[in-house]
Amino acid sequence: MTPRERADRRRGLLLMAPTLTILAVVTVYPGVWVLWLSLQHRVPVFGVERFAGASHYVFLASDPRFWNAAWTTAVFTVVSVALELVLGVLVALSLAGLARGRHLAFSLLLLAWAMPAVVTAKLFEWLYHPAAGLLNFLLGGRGLNWLGDPSLALPAVILADVWRSLPFVAVLAYARLLSIPAELFEAAHVDGAGRLATFAHVTLPLLRRILAIAVLFRTLDALRAFDIMFVLTGGGPAGTTETLTVYAYRGLFQMLQLGFGSAVGVVVFALVMAVAWAYLRLLRAEESRA
Amino acid sequence: MTRRGGVREALVIAALAGYAVPFFWQLLTSFKAEADLLRLPPLVPARLTLAHYRVVLEQSLLPEALGNSLGVAALTTLLALGVGLPAAYAIARLPVPGRGALLLAIVASTAFPQIATVSPLYLLLRALRLRDTWTALVLAHTSFALPLTVWLLAGFIREIPWVLEESAAVDGASRVRAFRSVLLPLLAPGIASAGLLAFLFSWNEFLFAYTFTATEASRTAPVALALFPGVFEVPWGDIAAASMLASLPPLLIVVVLQRYLVRGLLAGAVKD
Repeated sequence: MTPRERADRRRGLLLMAPTLTILAVVTVYPGVWVLWLSLQHRVPVFGVERFAGASHYVFLASDPRFWNAAWTTAVFTVVSVALELVLGVLVALSLAGLARGRHLAFSLLLLAWAMPAVVTAKLFEWLYHPAAGLLNFLLGGRGLNWLGDPSLALPAVILADVWRSLPFVAVLAYARLLSIPAELFEAAHVDGAGRLATFAHVTLPLLRRILAIAVLFRTLDALRAFDIMFVLTGGGPAGTTETLTVYAYRGLFQMLQLGFGSAVGVVVFALVMAVAWAYLRLLRAEESRA
Repeated sequence: MTRRGGVREALVIAALAGYAVPFFWQLLTSFKAEADLLRLPPLVPARLTLAHYRVVLEQSLLPEALGNSLGVAALTTLLALGVGLPAAYAIARLPVPGRGALLLAIVASTAFPQIATVSPLYLLLRALRLRDTWTALVLAHTSFALPLTVWLLAGFIREIPWVLEESAAVDGASRVRAFRSVLLPLLAPGIASAGLLAFLFSWNEFLFAYTFTATEASRTAPVALALFPGVFEVPWGDIAAASMLASLPPLLIVVVLQRYLVRGLLAGAVKD
């Protein structure tokens, strides 16, 4: 190693030191500490603080409320991401033909993505109002209680999330569409491929990679989603929209069971990391095949 | 432009306007008179009023909350850029030992669920007596803003050919000068993109802000909106006005700085 290289390595570490220090405090430390917390029985208001071993996890294994939250999280994630994917691609395809008005189109689209999720929740709470909501009015004056009916609440929350997150998928897919050379579509046309065949055999395979990335990002976000259901329904009615994140929050700051709530948080953590890891494995397997 | 193209464009814009109806409906609601709020039809009321904005700005705590949001988001952005830019430079340009692992760790930390880190951070901030302060929120928001910034900026720096700085070095410029006079101007749009996303995510953040704040000393706009008080009935008009005010900075970013926003959004996803 030349002296210059050695100096550069030292400089590199020096430049990274502040970032690494801050991240050690605000992410690594909490990320490890939460594991430890989840093994404790900890109720700060009563000054309770003792080691509990795996008892919170043992309890969760047979806790119907936990399994209900896990199921709700799964349904919310799968349905939201699937809808966002399909609708996002449709929006991207219609944007791709746009020669003018792109700025306006993007403004209308990105607005939903850029505003706080709490605002999204308030917007939809008002749209869903049983008596004065726009949705019931458009449905011909029906009095559906969207957020109060156990069979409608989760679909209502999913709709709000799809509205908010669809632009992300659309923008990613749109950017990839723009980078596909026009000759490819022309060649498909010359070969006599119809619109649907062109989409299935030319467009979709080229979109595959970016859509896989979009699905990963959206899946991680959906598993972690909290604001939208917490503000829109608070997990109700009858727990039908209570996801793992909402259950964890209630455990932490409403039942004030810091250890127990942390254990539910750790489950979310593990789920997110498992999905990210599985995705990276799939990607690597695919790349080695290619 | 062909006639058919024009029709198609009009259709797409109309469809997107329809998609944005939830926003416009709330905008309209924020201008409706109290008596018209729960009456539907008519879709468009006969008169419009600024009364709800007056109530929100003069009688609620939203103005303080907007100020807190602005302060916290601005400080978070500055901290993330100030600390993140040197780190991104080191990752992109210097032979840092264990660079791959460090970058992977930084990317992985953007995936950390806040619901998992909220309890330890709560205990940490309480122990440091930082609850209900801007400092607490800036630190907490840095946990996602900083990794994002490093990740984006490292990607943007890699896109800029190394040759440019090298030739400056051949001309006798030091690394610092090559960075300042060659790299920095080319990187400016990238810094804008990363900064905008950091600002936006901090502005919108709810879970940490809801947990670590207690009063108007640090309560941010999303929290104030979620807790918006109603005495006997829900003040839909006031909530609508407050929603619009809380969406104002994101709205400005989307309309005025759209190019940087989209670039940042794409860069975060595509470079891996």
